[in-house]
Amino acid sequence: MNSIFSSRVRMIIAGLVFGALAALMSVWGNPANMGVCIACFYRDITGALGLHRAGVVQYLRPEIMGIVFGGFISALIFGEFRSRGGSSPLVRFFLSAFFMIGALVFLGCPVRAVLRLAGGDLNSIAALLGIVVGALIGIYFLKRGFNLGRAKNMYSFAGLVVLLIMLGLLSLAIFKPQVIFISQKGPGATHALLWVSLIVGIIIGVLAQRTRMCFVGGWRDLFLVRDTYLFSGIIAFFVGALVINIMNGNFNPGFVNQPIAHTNQLWSFLGMVLAGLTATLLGGCPLRQTILAAEGDTDAGVTILGLIVGAAFAHNFALASSPKGPGLYGPIAVIVGLIFALAVGFFMRERIE
Amino acid sequence: MIEVDVRGLSCPIPVVRTKKAMEQNPGQQITVLTDSETSKENVSRLGESQGYKVQINREDETYRLLLVP
Repeated sequence: MNSIFSSRVRMIIAGLVFGALAALMSVWGNPANMGVCIACFYRDITGALGLHRAGVVQYLRPEIMGIVFGGFISALIFGEFRSRGGSSPLVRFFLSAFFMIGALVFLGCPVRAVLRLAGGDLNSIAALLGIVVGALIGIYFLKRGFNLGRAKNMYSFAGLVVLLIMLGLLSLAIFKPQVIFISQKGPGATHALLWVSLIVGIIIGVLAQRTRMCFVGGWRDLFLVRDTYLFSGIIAFFVGALVINIMNGNFNPGFVNQPIAHTNQLWSFLGMVLAGLTATLLGGCPLRQTILAAEGDTDAGVTILGLIVGAAFAHNFALASSPKGPGLYGPIAVIVGLIFALAVGFFMRERIE
Repeated sequence: MIEVDVRGLSCPIPVVRTKKAMEQNPGQQITVLTDSETSKENVSRLGESQGYKVQINREDETYRLLLVP
């Protein structure tokens, strides 16, 4: 019982610190209400690599690399690094690409949905409702035997590939060769100093690895097993960010003129139903997937690639929203994604005795 | 002897399977096999919240969780 208590206290502290850092990152140079957004930051990295050409969202976000480094170091220290994989990587790839499309129709991942609310952006309420509905649909399938199959142990090197990719991205961020795209204006041009982003990322990575923090799992466990452990991290994150935002005058409640946001409630909701459902089927939000990848989970590594390709599609084919509202083909892409995710949930079921 | 083998499966599936085993076999001892640190923690938390005593043994890469009602 004692261990449960202490692990929950640890989770609440980790959530408070993460929330506070996420809000502070906006003070230190990152975009407003986007101090930390896992989906947005993968999207920016995708743009920096030229895989999409939306000029305002291209930057190699060192927070992502930091999260992987922090997660890896922590997993190594605590003996939790283990190379594994082989649990439906192709299906994970597409679930994750659709996750990204859903998130970019709303304009934020499950982390940023909470962060936006902590900045007073009430459009996030529709998004959080969407995550809950998506998680509930996922739970329906989980209870009926859905799973993506068993992973197997692999050679250690396989589990290090994501770490090597992040080391490569960091060196590109440091040396800025001409082939890398860097936004001159817009959110991509708004960023903290590289080493600040990197250190904050490492701290988040360690905290998230130790606590297993997950911004979809929190909602899921609340309904699936009435377990509030992961959810307490989400609430603590909200409180930490809210306090810092109020202290810095960055709490502006309302629907209109919110930073990097639109007011289309229907598509904020449905985009995040898609994100919530795909993340539940994948077993965790992009933050959790990033940590799993750092711990040697190659399926989570494939999931990261899915996020990157999803971001490229979202911006190359007018699926992503802008502050003006949903992109031309965003709604249809969300519907296609929902059909795909429902098919995965329905057909990939095992009879449990 | 009820045994739930969730090796290779990632969370929350180990929790779902364990919960199902608890519902189908009330008052009985359940053994859960897992190879993941996270699943070990989650299944332990589920067991304790449902009033089971949880004993954990490690055998190489596998955790054997004994849930005693």
